[in-house]
Amino acid sequence: MIQYWQENSTRMINLTIQHAQMVLTSLLIALVIATILIAIFLRKKNWLNLLIYIFSLLYSVPSYAFFALLIPVTGLGETSAIIVLAFYSEYVLLRTFITGIRNINTNYLEVAKGVGMTNTQVFTRVQLPLALPAIFSGLQVALASTMAIATIASTISAGGLGDLLFEGLQTGRVVPILWGTILTVALTLICIIILKLLENIMISDWWEVEKTGR
Amino acid sequence: MTNEIIKFNHVKKNFGKNEVIPDITFSINQGEFVTVLGSSGSGKTTTLKMINGLEQPTTGEIVVNGKDLKNTNLVDLRRHIGYVVQSIGLFPHMTIAQNIAITPKLLGWKQEKISSRVGELLEMVGLHNADFAKRYPAQLSGGQQQRVGVARALATNPPIMLFDEPFSALDAITRQKLQVEVKKLHQQLKEKTFFFVTHDINEALYLGDRVMVMNRGKIEQFASAQEVVNHPASEYVKNLIDTVRTNQKLWEGLK
Amino acid sequence: MVTQIIQYFQTNSGEYWQEVGQHLFLSFSSLTIALIIALPVGYLGSKNRGVAIFCESFAQILRIIPSLAFLFILIPFIGTGIGPALIALVVLALPPLVVNTILGFNEVPVDLEEVGLSLGMTNGQLLKQISLPLALPFILNGIKLALVEVIASASLATYIGAGGLGQLIMTGLGLYKMQYIVIGGVSVALLSLIAMFIFDLIIKKVRNDDQRNY
Repeated sequence: MIQYWQENSTRMINLTIQHAQMVLTSLLIALVIATILIAIFLRKKNWLNLLIYIFSLLYSVPSYAFFALLIPVTGLGETSAIIVLAFYSEYVLLRTFITGIRNINTNYLEVAKGVGMTNTQVFTRVQLPLALPAIFSGLQVALASTMAIATIASTISAGGLGDLLFEGLQTGRVVPILWGTILTVALTLICIIILKLLENIMISDWWEVEKTGR
Repeated sequence: MTNEIIKFNHVKKNFGKNEVIPDITFSINQGEFVTVLGSSGSGKTTTLKMINGLEQPTTGEIVVNGKDLKNTNLVDLRRHIGYVVQSIGLFPHMTIAQNIAITPKLLGWKQEKISSRVGELLEMVGLHNADFAKRYPAQLSGGQQQRVGVARALATNPPIMLFDEPFSALDAITRQKLQVEVKKLHQQLKEKTFFFVTHDINEALYLGDRVMVMNRGKIEQFASAQEVVNHPASEYVKNLIDTVRTNQKLWEGLK
Repeated sequence: MVTQIIQYFQTNSGEYWQEVGQHLFLSFSSLTIALIIALPVGYLGSKNRGVAIFCESFAQILRIIPSLAFLFILIPFIGTGIGPALIALVVLALPPLVVNTILGFNEVPVDLEEVGLSLGMTNGQLLKQISLPLALPFILNGIKLALVEVIASASLATYIGAGGLGQLIMTGLGLYKMQYIVIGGVSVALLSLIAMFIFDLIIKKVRNDDQRNY
């Protein structure tokens, strides 16, 4: 194990960075699109449900097939990988965001209007902050699942930590497979921890109070 | 001549095919404390929500503070009407101070003016301990939360205050204490009009200069508490008053 | 491309249907085995805090480890072929099944169980007539998630020598023959979508039957 690290550390670090870039880029794209879609369709319930249904169908397409099917369209490589990963995240994000926003007690919305907020103010000052916990949990789920799926992107020459897994498979050695697994898990955990820190900063104290009651 | 601050003229309200209010007409003078008494489904809350435009009438005319609501910017209107609702009205993600400061902020007040106003209001509702301002609603008791609700509604010194069953979720002792304080508040803040919806007959009779009894979307009687008790205008009002009398007999019997 | 695809079906349709059959066999037998394990374990988990914590941590860990890595890591221990692939797929199907079974049984209102007992039901009757029917929607949702997971992972199982439709994609990628990639990708995607549709129908039917009973 250690010998393998000494011999290949530069490459392994590069693959890890590549993996992180791939996943984080796709997550960012998915986040921006999700926010735009929700801002546009928030008051059109049927449209939103239809959108979520379409994304749920795409989500259930196995990633290996999804990667393969993009080759004729966008070719081999990282671009195809990022597109596929963004689609998977999109579904998770849309679903959790919408659930978060819909679960807000309608009394709050009525009071918000009652004290004189415009529709936009109700969205930015009440709905969005109250949905933040759900938004963060959605981001975490999307992050963990795309980190894992990204290993399969290695089959369409997009690089990333999947390369180590396939190297082990082809040479019949366990060590690269183990390293690939460990690095993927470690990367996922680090990103989740960063996300948690971000969440703590953004949500401040009220959520803590709400959960514990005091 | 007295100043009519709220006026309903042949107002009708449907929810889909469901006729909630067939036709009501009334007017309220500036500085009055009006309580609206009715059971659930009587249309009392719908009537209240039509005053600040949360619900719009199907037909008919509503004039608030001299303005016909049809041609009024409702968002602007609401910023100048206090609104107190049952228990859950405080936003959980804002501190007490932030909750009270919502409308002043929406109106673009300066930070110093907001802070001094928040302090003043907390004092007015008996939560002057500086500690309260920084807490979150979940850390307060039900009675304290409702005081904050009243303080928030008073923040911009609005000429009209709407109360939608504000005390119905509180225990009997806290409720009575708050009733006394609201009545005192109204006497202090002359010229302010209070419109207070409740299903508690004692609360309605105790607080209101005039009591509006509603049943199935109709006003059964709109008169002083004394008038309502001594000269019930309809069978429904009479039955309502009788329930209190029956209770009184029970008390007498237990003495 | 189209002619190549038609040509493939003219010469290799026997092989194609064999891969479809293999894929279905892998998916459904592993799902069945996983169900037989997950239902009792999940029921136990809803009664016993320790079992629940164990199951949830197990599910959390498996969620972060990429399925691809999991398949590859098992090779040194259990070898390659259909047997090892089945074992791997069963393990991958367990988390959604167990977690949702626990959730389902936990969601059954305690008052209803008490009412059942005070009406004179035995524990067995209570389970059959009250708890199981009320937990069923959650369990079905778990099965649906597990099915998606299993069909997706079965397409990767080809790398450990278990065949299936992933075989076509792998061959296509290896030889860079687009017709194989497209046929394989579309077939896996369709298989997954059809499975989802059928499952959604079942869930809908169960729900309707429920409403008729009450």
